[in-house]
Parts: sequence; structure tokens; C-alpha cells
Amino acid sequence: MSVLVYTEVAKGRVKKSSLECVNYAANIAKQMGTSVTAVVNNAEAAHIDELGKAGANKVLTVKNDKLNSDSLLITALVEQAAKAEGSKVVIFAFDITGKAAAPRLSAKLKAGLVAGAIDIPVINGNTFEVKKNVFSGKANATYVIHSDIKIISLLPNSFPVQLSGGSATVSDLTADLPSSRITVKETRLNSSGGMTPLAEAELVVSAGRGLKGPENWKIVEDLASSLGATTACSRPVADMHWRPHHEHVGQTGIAIRPNLYIAIGISGAIQHLAGVNGSKTIVVINNDKEAPFFKSADYGIVGDAFSILPKLTEAIKKFKAHQN
Amino acid sequence: MKILVAISNVPDTTTKIQFTEGDSKFNSQGVTFVINPYDEWYALVRALELKEANVAEKVTLIHVGLPDSEATIRKGLSLGADDAVRVNAEGPDAFFVAEQIANYAKTNNYEMILVGKETINYNGSSVGAIVAGLMDLPFISLATKLDLTGNKTTAEYDLDGGVQIVECDLPVVISCAKGMAEPRIPNMRGIMAARTKPLAVIEGNGAASLTTVKSYALNPGRTTCKMLTEDNMDELVNLLHTEAKVI
Ligand SMILES: Cc1cc2nc3c(=O)[nH]c(=O)nc-3n(C[C@H](O)[C@H](O)[C@H](O)COP(=O)(O)OP(=O)(O)OC[C@H]3O[C@@H](n4cnc5c(N)ncnc54)[C@H](O)[C@@H]3O)c2cc1C
Ligand SMILES: Nc1ncnc2c1ncn2[C@@H]1O[C@H](COP(=O)(O)O)[C@@H](O)[C@H]1O
Repeated sequence: MSVLVYTEVAKGRVKKSSLECVNYAANIAKQMGTSVTAVVNNAEAAHIDELGKAGANKVLTVKNDKLNSDSLLITALVEQAAKAEGSKVVIFAFDITGKAAAPRLSAKLKAGLVAGAIDIPVINGNTFEVKKNVFSGKANATYVIHSDIKIISLLPNSFPVQLSGGSATVSDLTADLPSSRITVKETRLNSSGGMTPLAEAELVVSAGRGLKGPENWKIVEDLASSLGATTACSRPVADMHWRPHHEHVGQTGIAIRPNLYIAIGISGAIQHLAGVNGSKTIVVINNDKEAPFFKSADYGIVGDAFSILPKLTEAIKKFKAHQN
Repeated sequence: MKILVAISNVPDTTTKIQFTEGDSKFNSQGVTFVINPYDEWYALVRALELKEANVAEKVTLIHVGLPDSEATIRKGLSLGADDAVRVNAEGPDAFFVAEQIANYAKTNNYEMILVGKETINYNGSSVGAIVAGLMDLPFISLATKLDLTGNKTTAEYDLDGGVQIVECDLPVVISCAKGMAEPRIPNMRGIMAARTKPLAVIEGNGAASLTTVKSYALNPGRTTCKMLTEDNMDELVNLLHTEAKVI
């Protein structure tokens, strides 16, 4: 009956979005009077520790290098784990994996799915009420899941992760997986200079066409590195190849919800806002006081980015130096 | 080799979102509907390019929705799709829509089914993977590049911090994201031709709904923006630390 969570280890640690899911599952399990089981691939003792601290009571481990490149395999794995655990609730992160595996599992189990949940479900007998964003963040909808088995994928950065002193038992999960039908030909990693990937970043510094050209990005990067932030950009900037397209945020790019979003020389078009208006705090820097973005900002500075950014970077460095 | 492109009918991106009937329904009064941008710009245009390159023979549109979405379907035909089918049903959720698409695709032998990355109204990114699950086909998620040689498709997609290139035998379901193709505008000939292209209407199968929407609410906007001057950056940093508590 336990609440089942699919979790992932990347770059040597449990993904933040996975820890959020375990926390989320622990909240649901508490409401239902049951426990949390996490499934994880290629985990080491430290990862299992971390999953325990995030609220997992049991961790099922597997080792399979093909798993991550084919959602067919993840679906089969989670389906078998859910069966073994008698789970009626399955949680994924609404990330690259969860977007492919959660709906596929929903098809397999004829289980209702809420994709991109932003809140803890309200449980009414055998139905769950779950909130998610719709209309690209302009609104939210409360969905009711009617099916016996319920699947929820959780929007990353919707909850702060709380770690406790808990620990989890471990066992190997022996699953009978189909052979993969997708062959990986090549994997290329971006030269992100060790920045946190955008989808997980808590601090984001983003710039638009107001920067005039790619040669001017140094001041944006300086500001980002003073904060330890990840850089992003508006769509025209990616379209003109001033910046790599994986930095493009908005309706057609990545939707993000960091704690802090600093928008520099970006007008604030509705399609841009659609991808960033879930940010906790928004700072807008624009030389046009009528720029629409100010209507969606918490803090605003009207002025020339080229003179403001170095000053802001200095102020942050000073603040950081004081903190240490 | 036939391609089926699933298109959704969505409010134009600049629409002011409003709800009606006690906040239980989207208020479509006066709203302009368009083809979901991902479906049009990436899935459909790439399918048309594959046809123009003579690796695909036919591009069919499928839409699950009521008669009022006909203009959207005709727009897709005017861009160059050969024919279209509308499943005359309004789905409560992604599962319902996916089941209609899978039912049609199963009996009509499409080797490639393309969907958009997500609809801009429900933002589920779910329909494609459910179709793949129901048909037991491989699924490539959020592809930014797509090619086809013989019976093999090659696709590229973004990872957290990189890209991956994969290969897969047909048949396959693929969700399409930015990068795959450039948006097109229909020309006069396309618009004229679209009027007489076949648009079949079939009835839905009334699949069970696993989820329903109970209510909608607008997300609260930001009410006040505190304005600072550029000579006051220490104050901004201080506010971000003590008031917003984000640094
Ligand atoms: C269906 C659809 C989907 C779209 N999806 C996206 C999306 O995902 N993401 C996205 O970003 N856009 C998207 N767009 C495009 C969007 O409508 C805007 O065109 C785009 O966001 C504008 O980018 P920008 O703000 O960088 O440029 P602009 O609109 O040109 O704004 C530049 C801003 O910089 C300011 N500026 C100029 N010089 C300076 C200076 N020296 N210092 C400070 N400020 C300065 C100007 O006042 C202006 O406000 C989409 C459009 C459509 C139709
Ligand atoms: N009513 C519909 N009719 C046809 N295709 C649809 C419909 N709804 C969604 N789709 C397809 O499924 C994709 C993903 O939708 P969603 O899961 O709602 O984000 C869309 O980009 C479309 O390609």
C-alpha cells in the first residue's frame, strides 16, 4: 500500500527534484497512514541515506544503464515495483523522465495522472484533488483523480526540500524488463561551466534583446557568477544564436520557477512571462519605464543595463564577502 | 510511410484567461483559437519537410474535438497536410484524447505519430506518451531534431545539461519541441487547396475519464513593484536578503 516514488541520481547526487518528490510522497503517506517506497537506479549508500532523510521508509535499488534512455523500461520497472508494493499512488518528478514515464504508466495501469502538480493532494475517500498550473502559468486547475491507482508528477521547485533524521531500509528490486527499442548514438554535454541546470536552479539571471549582441554577455555572466546563478535568455536571443538554445525560457522554451529571476533587457512579452511567472521573486532591469515586465516584477530598476549590472555585481560581491 | 500529426485547438497565446460557470469552465467567449504552436511549428512542419524530401508519403492530421475547431484543422491543411480526421468528442483529460488517437492510429497503420511538446492550455506533456503506451510503441520525448532514413528514425533531445541523439525503428511516437523546424505561413494556393481536402469526422469511443477538472483559478499576479535606482544596489541586495529572503 506504500506510496511509490521514482527517483534518480545524477552527477553523483540524488536529484533535487527527486528529493522533493520523496518529501511530497511522505506527506501523502502520512495522510493515508502508510509508508514511502523509493525506486532508484545506480545508487550508493550515501544516496540511500539522503532518500531516507527526505522521508523514504524503504528504497528499492536497481542497476541498469539502459534505464534512463528509454521510458519503456522505466515504466515497466515502476509498474512491477508498484505491483510488488501494492501501491495505489505513484509519484514522479515532472521532468524529462517523468514527462515520458508517468503518462506511459498511466496508460498501462489505466490510472489517472495529474502532470505538473503544484500542491499536496486533498484526499477525499477514494478520490484525490490535485492542483496544477494551466494556461502556461496564468491559472491553476484543481483536478480530481477518480481511478483506483493515482499517478502524480510534481513540478520541480514547487516545494522546499526538508530533510529529517529518518532512514530507509534497502532491498534489490528484481524486475523483468523488456529490451530497449531506443539506441543511444551519442551524448554531448553542454559546457555549462558547472552551473546548476536551469530546470533545477534556484537563482537565474536572464537577459534579452536589450543586451544588443552576444559580445555583451560578460556582464550578465559576471552577475550570475557573483550569485552562483544559472544564466537564461529570451527567445529572440536564442533564435539569433547569441546564446545556446537550451538557455531559452518561456512558453516555447523551458518553464522555470526559481526563487530569484533577474530579467535584464527583456520586455516581458506574455509568452516570456508564461515560462517565468512562477518564480518566487522577480527583479526587472529595463531602460524603458513602460516595459510590461515591471507589472510582473517585485523589484524594478529603470536604467541602462550596461551601467547597472556592474554595480549590482559589486553590491552582491560586497554582501557575500560580509556573509563569510 | 505515413505520418499522423495530432493537433490541438488552443486559445491564442495573448488571450486574457477568464473562467465561467462558477469557475468550472474556460470562458471561450470572444477568444481566438489557433493550432497549438508546438503542433504547428514543429510537428506539422517537420512532417511536411519529410514528405517534401520524399521520405514520407502522406501527412494526416488528427484532432479530437467538436465542430468549432474546423477552422484550426483547415489551417493545418492549408500548410500542406494531405487530409485530416476529426474525432467528434470533447475529452475531459489527456487519457481520453490519447485513447481516441490510439484507436484511430491502430486501424490505419501510421508508421510515425507526431505530437507537440505540450498544449499551451493544459500543459500536460502527456498525450504522446499515453498513445505510445496504449499502442505499445517506443516514445521519443521532447525531440528537437528528427530525421528519417528507410525504416529508422534519428532524433535529438535535450538532457539536463546536454543533448542526446537516439535511433529507433518505426513505428514510433515522438513529441516535438523547438529546434525541429521553422514556422511557416500558408500561401494562397495552400489556403485554396485546403477547402477541398478530405476532412473525415468519426465518433469518439466514450472512454472512461480518469480525471476531471473541478475548478479553475487565476494565479495571483504581482501587485506592487518596488522601484529602486541604480545608485542604490546595496539596498536591492539588502531587500533580496531580508525581505524576499532569496539570497
Ligand atoms: C507563440 C509564441 C511563443 C513565444 N515563446 C517565447 C518564449 O518561450 N520565450 C520568449 O522569451 N519569447 C517568446 N516569444 C516571443 C515574445 O513574444 C517576445 O517577442 C520576446 O520575448 C521578446 O524578447 P526580448 O524581451 O528579449 O526582446 P524585446 O521585446 O526586443 O525587448 C528588449 C527590451 O530590452 C530593453 N532594453 C533595450 N536596451 C536596454 C538597455 N541598454 N538596458 C536595459 N534594457 C534595455 C527594451 O526596453 C525592451 O524592453 C513567443 C512568441 C510567440 C508568438
Ligand atoms: N484534443 C486533441 N486533439 C489532437 N491532439 C491533441 C489534443 N490534445 C493534445 N493533443 C496532442 O498532444 C500533445 C500534448 O498535449 P498535452 O498532453 O495536453 O500537453 C499536443 O501538443 C498535441 O499534439
